[in-house]
Amino acid sequence: MPYIPHDEEETAAMLAAIGVDRIDALFDEIPQHLQTFPQGVPEGLSEMALAREFEERAAAQPSLRSFAGAGAYAHHIPAVVPELIGRGEFYSAYTPYQAEASQGTLQVIFEFQTYIARLTGMEVANASLYDGASALFEACLMALRLRPQQRSILVPRYLLPHWREVLDSLLPLQDVRCIELDADPQRGTVRLPAQAPADAAALIIPQINALGLLEDVDALQRWATDQGLLSIAVVQPLSLALLREPGGWGESGADIVVGEAQALGIPLNGGGPYCGLFACRRDMVRQMPGRLVARTRDAAGRVGYCLTLQAREQHIRRGQATSNVCTNQGLMVTAATIALASLGAHGLREAAVRSHRQARSLLAALLDLKAVRRPWDGPFFNEFVVRFPISAVQLRDALLADGILAGVPLAELGLGEDGDLLIAVTERVSDEDIDDYRAAVGRILEQ
Amino acid sequence: MESIFDLDHHREPVTADLDIPAALCRQHPLDLPNPSELEVLRHYTQLSQRNFAIDTHFYPLGSCTMKYNPRIAHRLANLPGFADIHPATPAQAQQGLLHLLWDLQNGLAELTQMAAVSLTPAAGAQGELAGVAMIRAYHHARGDFQRRRMLIPSAAHGTNPASARMAGFTVTELPTRADGDLELAALERELGPDVAGIMLTNPSTLGVFERQIETIAERVHQAGALLYYDGANFNAILGRVAPGRMGFDVMHLNLHKTFATPHGGGGPGSGAVAAAAHLEPFLPLPRVQREQDGRWRWLGRADRPQSIGRLNAYAGQIGVLLRAQAYLRRLGRAGVKRVSSYAVLNANYLLKELQRVGYRAAFPQRRASHEFLLTVEDLHRQTGVRALDVAKRLLDFGIYAPTIYFPQLVPECLLIEPTETESKATLDRFVAVMAQIRQEALEQPELLKGAPQRLKLGRLDEAWAARHLQLVQER
Ligand SMILES: Cc1ncc(COP(=O)(O)O)c(C=O)c1O
Repeated sequence: MPYIPHDEEETAAMLAAIGVDRIDALFDEIPQHLQTFPQGVPEGLSEMALAREFEERAAAQPSLRSFAGAGAYAHHIPAVVPELIGRGEFYSAYTPYQAEASQGTLQVIFEFQTYIARLTGMEVANASLYDGASALFEACLMALRLRPQQRSILVPRYLLPHWREVLDSLLPLQDVRCIELDADPQRGTVRLPAQAPADAAALIIPQINALGLLEDVDALQRWATDQGLLSIAVVQPLSLALLREPGGWGESGADIVVGEAQALGIPLNGGGPYCGLFACRRDMVRQMPGRLVARTRDAAGRVGYCLTLQAREQHIRRGQATSNVCTNQGLMVTAATIALASLGAHGLREAAVRSHRQARSLLAALLDLKAVRRPWDGPFFNEFVVRFPISAVQLRDALLADGILAGVPLAELGLGEDGDLLIAVTERVSDEDIDDYRAAVGRILEQ
Repeated sequence: MESIFDLDHHREPVTADLDIPAALCRQHPLDLPNPSELEVLRHYTQLSQRNFAIDTHFYPLGSCTMKYNPRIAHRLANLPGFADIHPATPAQAQQGLLHLLWDLQNGLAELTQMAAVSLTPAAGAQGELAGVAMIRAYHHARGDFQRRRMLIPSAAHGTNPASARMAGFTVTELPTRADGDLELAALERELGPDVAGIMLTNPSTLGVFERQIETIAERVHQAGALLYYDGANFNAILGRVAPGRMGFDVMHLNLHKTFATPHGGGGPGSGAVAAAAHLEPFLPLPRVQREQDGRWRWLGRADRPQSIGRLNAYAGQIGVLLRAQAYLRRLGRAGVKRVSSYAVLNANYLLKELQRVGYRAAFPQRRASHEFLLTVEDLHRQTGVRALDVAKRLLDFGIYAPTIYFPQLVPECLLIEPTETESKATLDRFVAVMAQIRQEALEQPELLKGAPQRLKLGRLDEAWAARHLQLVQER
C-alpha cells in the first residue's frame, strides 16, 4: 500500500482498541447510499511506471531557448537554490504557527521581507502573496481601505493584460472599477489626463510596462501625489538592480509596491508556482494583506522570530480580515531569498547588466534585417517589441522548429499589430543564441 | 543564528554602459550583502535544521493534513521538460504538460462526482473566492440580483467568511448543536430570497461528519440558494463519499492537503475548483480542453464567455498540480480509498487512546473523521494549564503541536489529525507523551507554562513583537 505503513496485525489491534471489527464500520455515521466507489479512476502505478509516464510526457514537448517574457523570465537559477529548497525541513513544514519549532522558516521570511524592502526602497514587505497579479489585486483593495470614500483604480493601458484581467474579474465583486489611462501612441507610455476622476483611490504605475518600455516614474508619482492619489508601483525585482527603486520615485516615493518575484530563483514551471511580492509604507502596515514576520525574544532575551499582527488575518478576524489569503508561496519565498543571497548585490547587478546588454545586442541584430523595425523606441531594460513584416504568431510558430521560443506575439495579449513580437532577453542568452535567433528569423523572412 | 546580512565580502562594482536615462536609474548601490556560496549553503542548511517538518517530526496539525509528501512527485514535477516551460509557450509545444493537467482535471472530477474542474486557484482560499464568485455569477445570469448573503457555520475556517466578503457578500454565521451537527432550525430561519448560498465543510472543522447533509442540501436548494463545499477535509472521505453526491454545487480541493503536495513552510498550495454542470460555464480560466483531433489546448474567454475570469497571471500552480497528479496516479482507484480508510482509522484509534489516558473529546458521542477535537478545559480549571501550554510542551518531545483554539467555539481545544501515513508505533508514542504531559500538568503545571524547555529558544514573546514591530533587518 503506497505510503501507508500498517500491517494486518496492527490494523486489527487498532480496530480492537476502537471496538469495531472492520474499517468500514468507522464510516457508520455516513448514510450508506452516499458511499460510492470511484469507478472512473484508473488503477495505481508502481513508482517505476509512474516515472516512465511522466518522463514520456516531459519528453513530448520540445526543449526551447526562451525569449518569451510578459511577466515570466528564463533567468539563471543558482544551483544552491533547488538543492536547499528540496531539503525536507523547508519542503515539508507547515506555516510557522508554532514559532519555537519553525525558526528556520521564520528567519527566512524575515530575510525575504528585508531583501524586498531594500530592493524596492520601502519600509516594510510581507511574506508573499500568490503571484504578482494577485498581489496587485490585493494592493488595489488595500488602497481602497485607505481611501474608503473612493471606488476606482486608474490602470494604464499597458499594464500586462493578464494582470488587468485579474483586476477585471475580482474588483467588480466589490463594486470597484478600473479606469483605463490612455497611452501615448508614439511613445507607448502613459499619457496623463489633466485631472484624475473624482472617485479614484490609486494610480497603478508599472515600471517596465507591457511593451517592455520604461515609464517616466517621477512624473507619474508626482501627478499621483498632486491629485491626492495613492500610487501602486508594479516592478520586476531583478530590474531594480539597475532601475530606480519605487521608494525613491518623485518626492514622496510610491505608497505600495507589488511585483512578480519569479525572476529570483524560481523556475518557469509553465506559469506557477511563482511568488507575489508586496511592500508598503510602515504607517500602512495594519492594512496590509498576508503574513508578516517580526523579530522578537524569549524570556531569557534570546532573539527569535514569530508571526505578527495576526489580527489582520482571516484566522483571527474572519470576515473583517484584510484579505482571505492563508496559504501563501512559502517555498518560493525560500527560493527567492536564497537566490538573492547567492547572487548578492554584485551578482544581481551583473545579471541585470548582462540581460540589458544582450537584449540590446539582439535588438540591434534584428533591426539589421530588412523591413524589421521597432514601433516604440523608448528606453527598456531587457524586453522590447519588434514589428516584423509577417505575422508574429506565424514567425513564433516557425521558430519552434529551431528550438527557439521567439517571444510573445502582442496580438495574443490583445495589444499592438499583427507583426508585433514582445521579446525578452536574460543573462542566459549567449552571443551564439543571438546569432541563431537572427539567422532563423532571416531565413523565415526570406521565404 | 547570525543573519545573512552580516555575511558580506567586498566585490568590485560591475561597471556598465547602460542605454537607460540616468533619471530612471538607481542612484545608490544596492544595499545587499555578498556572502560566499559556501556561506549561503551553510546559513540556509542551518536554518532548515531549526524547523520541525513532516520529514523530521510527527506533525499532527489538525485541518492541515500533514501526510508524507512523496519524493517521486517532487522529482517528476522538476523534470526539465516541465520546469522550463514558459507560460506563453503555444499549446502545440506543451502537449505533454496539458495531457497531464487534463488527466488531473478528470481524476478530480471523478473523485468529487462533479461535472468539470478548473485547476487555476492558487490555494484553498482562492478556490473559495472562485466558488462563491461563481455562485454570484450564477444568480446574476438568471437575473437574480438580490442574493447578497452567504450562510456560514460559526465553526468554519476563517477563510470562508473572508472569501465570501471578498466576493461582495455579507455573512451570516450559523450555530452548531452540542453534538457537532448544524442547527437546522437556524438554517431554516435564515434561508430566504436574499441568500445566495451556504459554505460547508464536511466532515466539519469539528472533526465529525454532518449527518443532516442531505436535508440541508434539500432545504438550501428549495430556497433557491446553492451549496459550496470547502474541501479541506476531503482526506476523510477520499474515494468513498463524493461532494457531488452529497448535493454540493461547487467546491475546492486543497491539493496541498489531500493530494500530498508539500506545504513548503506556508505554501505554495493549490485550490482546484470543481463544479456541477449548472455552474460549469462560470469556472475560472484557463482550463484544459481536449479537441476532436485528440490534441489539448487552453480554454479562454472566447470559449467560456460567462466565466468569472482569471484569478492569476497564468494557469495556476502547475508544479503543485503535477505533484498532485503523480500522487493520484501512483495511488489509483484502490489507493485513494485506502487513504480515507487509514486516515480515519488512525484518528479514531488515537482518540480512543487519548481518552483512555484521561483526555476529553469535545464530541465524545461521535465517530472521529480523519481528525478530532480534544478540550483541555478540565485541566485549565484544575491547574491553569491551557491548550497553548500543552502544545508548547509537545515540542519538547519532538512532536509538532496540533492546531489550537480552532474552531473557536470549543474552549481550550486541540484539533488533532494524524493522517494515514503515520504508523501505529508513532501514534502510540504520541499517546505516551500526551499521558506524561497530562501528568506534568497535574503535578508541575509551571513546567508546561514555561514550555518549550528543551529547544534552542524558549517561548517567544508575541506581544513584544507586535509592540516593537521589527519587520526588517536594520542597517
Ligand atoms: C477548513 C479549511 N478551509 C480552508 C482552508 C484554506 O486553505 P488555504 O490555506 O489553502 O488557503 C484551510 C487551510 O488552512 C482549512 O483548514
